[in-house]
Amino acid sequence: MATLNPGITIPRDTAAPGGREPDNSSDDPRGRAPLVLGDNDFSSVTDKVTAIALKPMNQTPKAWYVAFAISLAMLSLLGVTVAYLLTTGVGVWGNNNRVAWGFDIINFVFWVGIGHAGTLISAILFLFRQNWRTSINRFAEAMTIFAVTCAGIYPALHIGRVWLAYWMLPYFNQMGMWPQARSPLLWDVFAVTTYATVSALFWYVGMVPDLATFRDRAKNRIGKLIYGLAALGWNGSSRHWMRFERAYLLLAALATPLVLSVHSVVSFDFAISQLPGWHTTIFPPYFVAGAVFGGFAMVITLAIPARQFFGLKDMITIRHLENMAKIMLGTGLIVAFAYVSEFFVAWYSGHHFEQFVFANRVVGPYAWAFGVMFFCNVIAPQALWFKAMRTNIWVLLAVAMCVNVGMWFERFVIIVTSLHRDFLPANWTMYAPTWVDMGMLIGSFGLFFTMFLLFCRFLPMVAMAEVKTVMPQSHVEHHGDYAGDYHGDYGQTDDESANDKEDQP
Amino acid sequence: MQDAASHPTPHGQATAATEQASAAPFAMLAEFADVTSVVNAARKTREQGYVHFDVHSPLPIHGIDRAVGIRPTILPWLTLAGGLAGFFGGLFLVWWMNATMFSGVTTSLQGYPYLISGKPIFSLQANIPIIFETTILLAAFATVFGMFALNRLPMLYHPLFKSSRFSRVTSDRFFLVIEADDPKYDSRWTREFLEKLDPLSIEEVDD
Repeated sequence: MATLNPGITIPRDTAAPGGREPDNSSDDPRGRAPLVLGDNDFSSVTDKVTAIALKPMNQTPKAWYVAFAISLAMLSLLGVTVAYLLTTGVGVWGNNNRVAWGFDIINFVFWVGIGHAGTLISAILFLFRQNWRTSINRFAEAMTIFAVTCAGIYPALHIGRVWLAYWMLPYFNQMGMWPQARSPLLWDVFAVTTYATVSALFWYVGMVPDLATFRDRAKNRIGKLIYGLAALGWNGSSRHWMRFERAYLLLAALATPLVLSVHSVVSFDFAISQLPGWHTTIFPPYFVAGAVFGGFAMVITLAIPARQFFGLKDMITIRHLENMAKIMLGTGLIVAFAYVSEFFVAWYSGHHFEQFVFANRVVGPYAWAFGVMFFCNVIAPQALWFKAMRTNIWVLLAVAMCVNVGMWFERFVIIVTSLHRDFLPANWTMYAPTWVDMGMLIGSFGLFFTMFLLFCRFLPMVAMAEVKTVMPQSHVEHHGDYAGDYHGDYGQTDDESANDKEDQP
Repeated sequence: MQDAASHPTPHGQATAATEQASAAPFAMLAEFADVTSVVNAARKTREQGYVHFDVHSPLPIHGIDRAVGIRPTILPWLTLAGGLAGFFGGLFLVWWMNATMFSGVTTSLQGYPYLISGKPIFSLQANIPIIFETTILLAAFATVFGMFALNRLPMLYHPLFKSSRFSRVTSDRFFLVIEADDPKYDSRWTREFLEKLDPLSIEEVDD
């Protein structure tokens, strides 16, 4: 389809003969297609988003119940395995004397990484004025919080005596003991708890105006009460909006360095150690890029079914998916570069043990894991160079699935292959997960999907107020001419520049 | 409002509001369908000399602060204060925890210096990550709770919610609200002024 001109709304059915979706992905600055497709106005956006959450329970789509039942079953597996672990001890895991960090830390790093895409979308893309983010930021942020929740389980269990987890916090105690503030493990405690807290605040603050919409639309008493309390009495005052937007900008500016710091700190857990394969200065940027890469794969994995089942194709368009695919390709290339440069540095260092660790990754007993990682993270994303692949949701979903798997295996490769053969061959051993390890991995996905499905069902999945700001109707018409370009970008008009110097009373 | 309940009419609450107009009005609402008309209306209201008025909208409107005459917020300063508190608080925390051992301090407050591989007991570099995180955390707290406090949220009651039309402010309608405590407010003249702005509806809400 040719470039669409601004001002033309394209009703889905007529503009897309043969059931194909309208292509709004052109970046020709003379005529970018609108971000919100179809014949939508403010009330239809409200209707579409509120209808998902406020419809009575008996009208919930069957697919939701099926997905929820499966997720709950997986979640109960987490409950069983955690209970077994707590009553028996961490010996039920496959961790051994040599490979002391197993599935627990792999899963921790995996889940923390997933969260990064949500913050990137909500904070970094906001600072860069990427207004297409408005349709996907809410559920990407939700994904962040749920992923960090899943991540938090593992270090807590990994410490062995989970009932003493509070010893990690600095608090006055009768033992005269304090945590060791120069240890990367304590940095991790601070980084991940701060990240979880700030992400939750950011998510909630952004949701307040939409919760107010739910409050005003809820049919039953319980809904009115709960959404009403959560909305805090939001009434859309322009003074409130002004402070709200300022707070949102400040939070984005705070969350941006925060999110970069979190996976850097996670990488310090490895990089600060002396172990060949871990002791590398490239780790912080490599981990952050990998986190964004894996996180975007998860956003795409969630967005494609969600837009399908909840009828959000006008808001989460092909353009959104294509943009995410581009970010995935870009960060994937950074990750690929990091893989290659690790090998180069190992060779160039002339360090015997370092060289051995990297040779062992490729030809050692875990070569298959390295192969899975390399195929999924380096080769599969290359398909996204082609626009036809980026705009084909099946290809996109397949690549995203590959990256989900690949990023998990990346952590497996980093942790297990570096640990299982160290300086003394007498210490060499193999690592294999037990059923408890597998159960907790599957169970954490159950926890993640359970929370995500509940969120889709009961909370505003799309940031309605934000989506409305990128619609053409959100702009003041000056002399009948529209000054922006349907992406929420504002052209400066004479009227406004004259007003800039206006004094404030 | 009891009248509205006992005598249901198509616009029950609106009628009730008109009937009780003499009993302490809170504000006069004018409803608009689009951004352009509400911004123009706000501009005219300001030109007319009203000061206690506001625009309520389902989305933040670009340029509304100029039209309504909203002063800049002190929120960034609160964020800065929170960030500074987090920075110095975090610095003090790590220093006290791991680099102090004062006599006379009670056991539960006594520092615990770790000597590890002969590294210095206190070095700024090794402590930066924690100081950084506390800085961000307190700055974020100051931003969020500062914003809520400046907006006086949570607000459990507001007279505007008495209007049934006002419930569309969170979906697709825009309201210009002139408050009754404005020096220029007069039920009759304000209504006449608002009628000239061509709104969808006008309604007076009681306090």
